[in-house]
Amino acid sequence: MKSFDYIRPASIAEAIAAAAEPGTAYLAAGTNLLDLMKGGASRPDRLVDITRLPGLDGVDRLDDGAMRIGTMVRNADLAHDPAFARAYPVVAEALLSGASAQLRNAATVGGNLMQKTRCSYFADPAAACNRRSPGAGCDARQGENRSHAILGWSENCIATHPSDFCVPLAALGAVVEIAGPAGSREVALEDFHLLPDETPERETALERGELVTAIRLPPDAAGFAAHSRYMKLRERTSFAFALVSAAAFLKVEDGIITEARLALGGVAARPWRSKVAEELLKGAALERRTFAEAATAALAEARPSGDNAVKIELARRISIRALLLAAAGTPSRLPALPGSPLSSQYGDLANA
Amino acid sequence: MPDTLPFPPRMGSNAGQPLSRRDGPLKVTGAATFAADNHPEGMLYAVPATAAIARGRVTGMNVAAARAHPGVVEVYTPANRPPLMHDPDEKLGLFGMRMEALQNDSVRYAGQPIAFVVAETLEAATEGAALLAPEYAAEPARVTAETGERYTPERVGFGGPLSVGAGDIEAGLAAAAHRLETRFETPDQYHNAMEPHALVAQWDGDKLTLDTPNQAIVMACGLFAAYFGIPAENIHLRSPFLGGGFGSKAVPTGAQILTILAARELGRPVKLALTRQQMFGPVGHRARTWQTLRMGLDGAGKLTALHHHSTGATSSFDDFIEPAAAASRTLYASPAILTTHDGIRLDTGTPGAMRAPGEASGSAALEVAIDEAAEVCGMNPLAFRLANYAEVEPITGKPYSSKALRECYEAGAKAFGWASRPLAPRQMRDEAGMLTGWGMGTAVFHCPMFPASAEAVIRADGTAVIRTSGADMGQGAWTALAQIGAAALGLDPDQVEFESGHSHLPDAGVAGGSGHTASAGQALHNAGEDAVARLAELASTDPASPLYGTGNAGVLARRGRLYARDDESRSESYAEILARAGKPQVEGTGKGARDPASAETYALQAHGAVFAEVKVDPELGQMRVSRMIGAFAAGRIINPKLARSQYLGGMIWGLSFALHEEAIHDRRTGRIVNADFAGYHVPVNADVPEMEAIMIHEDDPHVNVLGVKGVGEIGITGSVGAVANAIWHATGFRPHRFPVRIEDVLPSLS
Amino acid sequence: MTYVLNLTINGAAQAIALDDPRVTLLDLLRERLHLTGAKKGCDRGQCGACTVLVDGRRINSCLTLAVSLDGVEITTIEGLAEGETLHPVQQAFIEHDGFQCGFCTPGQIMSAVGLIGEGQAGTDPERIREGMSGNICRCGAYHGIVEAVLDAQATFQDGVKRKTA
Repeated sequence: MKSFDYIRPASIAEAIAAAAEPGTAYLAAGTNLLDLMKGGASRPDRLVDITRLPGLDGVDRLDDGAMRIGTMVRNADLAHDPAFARAYPVVAEALLSGASAQLRNAATVGGNLMQKTRCSYFADPAAACNRRSPGAGCDARQGENRSHAILGWSENCIATHPSDFCVPLAALGAVVEIAGPAGSREVALEDFHLLPDETPERETALERGELVTAIRLPPDAAGFAAHSRYMKLRERTSFAFALVSAAAFLKVEDGIITEARLALGGVAARPWRSKVAEELLKGAALERRTFAEAATAALAEARPSGDNAVKIELARRISIRALLLAAAGTPSRLPALPGSPLSSQYGDLANA
Repeated sequence: MPDTLPFPPRMGSNAGQPLSRRDGPLKVTGAATFAADNHPEGMLYAVPATAAIARGRVTGMNVAAARAHPGVVEVYTPANRPPLMHDPDEKLGLFGMRMEALQNDSVRYAGQPIAFVVAETLEAATEGAALLAPEYAAEPARVTAETGERYTPERVGFGGPLSVGAGDIEAGLAAAAHRLETRFETPDQYHNAMEPHALVAQWDGDKLTLDTPNQAIVMACGLFAAYFGIPAENIHLRSPFLGGGFGSKAVPTGAQILTILAARELGRPVKLALTRQQMFGPVGHRARTWQTLRMGLDGAGKLTALHHHSTGATSSFDDFIEPAAAASRTLYASPAILTTHDGIRLDTGTPGAMRAPGEASGSAALEVAIDEAAEVCGMNPLAFRLANYAEVEPITGKPYSSKALRECYEAGAKAFGWASRPLAPRQMRDEAGMLTGWGMGTAVFHCPMFPASAEAVIRADGTAVIRTSGADMGQGAWTALAQIGAAALGLDPDQVEFESGHSHLPDAGVAGGSGHTASAGQALHNAGEDAVARLAELASTDPASPLYGTGNAGVLARRGRLYARDDESRSESYAEILARAGKPQVEGTGKGARDPASAETYALQAHGAVFAEVKVDPELGQMRVSRMIGAFAAGRIINPKLARSQYLGGMIWGLSFALHEEAIHDRRTGRIVNADFAGYHVPVNADVPEMEAIMIHEDDPHVNVLGVKGVGEIGITGSVGAVANAIWHATGFRPHRFPVRIEDVLPSLS
Repeated sequence: MTYVLNLTINGAAQAIALDDPRVTLLDLLRERLHLTGAKKGCDRGQCGACTVLVDGRRINSCLTLAVSLDGVEITTIEGLAEGETLHPVQQAFIEHDGFQCGFCTPGQIMSAVGLIGEGQAGTDPERIREGMSGNICRCGAYHGIVEAVLDAQATFQDGVKRKTA
């Protein structure tokens, strides 16, 4: 690991000032940053430790009904916050389907947004990677790319964003609160992670020195609590990244879907919300056929970036499954294996 | 010896008891000292830099930058590496392998050590290695079957024959009612013991102390010594605990040699601990195989011919060909059996023995092929296996020293509920709608022994100490070997001090091949009996002893006393005998080794039957083993509690082989793209639901004096096939490539 | 530059001078304080062998910079037993043979103590398996580990809660 200066600011303003120089990284729990620094993919000159900054670790219901989550709230604490989990069970399920208990105890919600792709070529400093080193090329394109992107990728980069948490956040229209040298601003979570296009090195909407201070769920996000699920396909029963995942949310009245949300994970450089699918579902009955049409629509633009065409079909199927389970109703207690098809009792609808 | 039967009444007490591990309290408190836990005064840290190409040369490194990093003490490259007394490219002994110790600038696999940085802190050494930023002249990597060089090796495994068979395969196939040819591919797997290879070296003149985990402690001293031109006795190798071995911690590797060299050159102790990533290359692996099975079957479902061919991968510069086809030599009866091998050279590290070398990969293929044969014949897989049951070893015609496989089938099938299994696939779903399948496989493992020696000392206070340089890598040697020694001494284990785990002790041989308990155990058994015989000699020749005139054959040893065999009212304690004789102690010695006569006369094999239930999501293809039962017959079980753990651990390795493990090389660079625990999946706790190991009683008077066959590896065999066959039964998809992936089963689903 | 950290480790308050901010909590414990119970199995948060409790919560000490932990309480495997009396989880691991080689064991036990303290798994073996999935055991002692957690939890729950509160 490269030597670095360690700075522990006393306020957000001090933190932002300290991060003005190039080569600076904010340090929260460090569960992803340290991993990358040990492997040599990240070599910052300066770490600005934001773990002690005041006011960043609250989970608060705002007057307008929105839910504001401080950037330093630990993943496990959010998922196990009873009021939060009741209102947003899918967000809790997604959080608990990710990583391990130890990592969830440390990792922060802001860090979850900021985590890097797990593309092995990105993590390997000996490999060519446009995201890590602009203009170097993309070794993943002709390499081992079975788990890479099927949506929104470019010739320059086929990496995916690995977060589970961000998938339901995108579907629920979460907003990212940002503080920076030029003051505070907000960005929709859907627009926070950037697709690679010509500039894969620009991974998020943050400008230099900017800091995520909170994530806000809008007032209407709690309206899906009765019919929502997160489903995650992975190659180990636990402690594995998603091959594909889906978060599905329905509002149902008299058997008719009045509003739907659908987002996919593990398919692109950002959590992938499909408004086309959501429109298709609106006004439809709770039928497998409708869900299949919506899933197909969500993946209409998908194309393999390598040896990964199977992910398109798997993404379609996991979307259908998430929708079926959402239709069946959110379970009263989180399943033993969060997000796993292996612990779902999906019943008649799924077998339809 | 007065009494050569294993554990006769005279030796009664504790062997066979499910004692908890004697090292348990140390291991649960963090007090068990593993190699990297040592911190001699003034210690430096060593970190190797490794190659990012798979073939070519290193043309430059920024040694100046590394040296300039604060804390860096020395940087070794081929340009300044001090001389060794043995060429790293020359093999040493039966188990020695060619290694990389900076002998030149060539690169022959990705991950090869190409420089070595020593520093005051781990942080400085690590960054020093990163700053070297090597440049290369790379040649195309050959890491696929298509690009590798096909060749005919001289031997497979550790000196095994390439081809073994009997009968006429082609005639058997020609006469068959059904013929089947089926192909399999198994991947590169890496041992990945939880403890990465580590070594702390300290020199004192020409004496060397090594703290390093090792499976063959005394043998390794000879190998290490050769590189430094010192007598093996000058090395004190301490290996009280191994954080797993699985075959990867028997022979020295280049980075270990360089650590010792640096310690000598710099005059300070040096510690090396490989990173997890550095474990993928220089410390061995289970190499890929491509296997073909050709089978002929008559109308009654009996084999008329069985030809098992395996092509194994090895490195470009050394030979270890997985003896995979050997699995077909002993398990099923057929008038014609042929097992053959050849090899492919790839730009990888040299493979080596990894838990059940040969049998693991070979039985994975064989057991799936056998299931396919059963399907062709329309038979239940268990009925098919029973129809082809080998009453004598097929190729040699030798009787088995013991073989309770039939009992394993029965007990396993009963516990599993096999009788209600539908014959056709895709017949079962659980209440959640998951496709459910049941599969089985037969487990088999040979029973090697290695030369071992031990000593036993009965002390004046009636307690004893037993000594042998054994290795406990988790199998429970500290407990099981102590039980054997204590039983032979007629003492409770609590009264016996067991000294082991370092090289200044009688050579316990190799902790490998599942043969440690049999080998070191026999040595301890004989040493204990020898010590008791000396005590009996003292008593029976002393007119003042109540045992006067009994002779050694006339006494029993129990609970620290000798009793007259025909009159147990005559007895005397060990302490009393020694006190009267005025001796501080009596010493016995013993050896363990395979009796060549028994190996000549009998086929020596442990057996088992594994049954697995697999759930498969009917749309998504996600798979999970939901239930696994193995029944094993492996001779005498010294400690059922620990043997159970060995069996279950082996079965989990089988599950892992079937569903998880695969190191994936980038085709162009040859680098392994998943060289860590995030990418190279081994099962986590949630992957392992209900498991059970059933122990089938087996008395074997022939395999060795203890009747012990070994339990360390057999669990993996049979288990791969059981899981794969259960996947078929759930989905109708027949796996031919491991690990089975979601996209493999997907086409068979809705 | 030297950083002074005030840490309470296994109940003892210490002021530790750290000359290098790169040092992880794991390397601080193992290489500088010689508390070698926590093990380095992967150094990347992928195996759990380094698990310790920080302010009662189980974390991977390999992915935590020591310098950022100023003021916390750390419990390692060395601090679990009360003198010669083993912690109930330690005792249960021995009884149920919840380990073989023992290398992952300190991490497994600290993780189990953390899991019981979190109170999420209850007596459901499936939830315990899931909750212990951050700790890899290559020997495959998972069966004994789950039995040990269930046993320790059932028999000694009150004591455990006191310990991790």
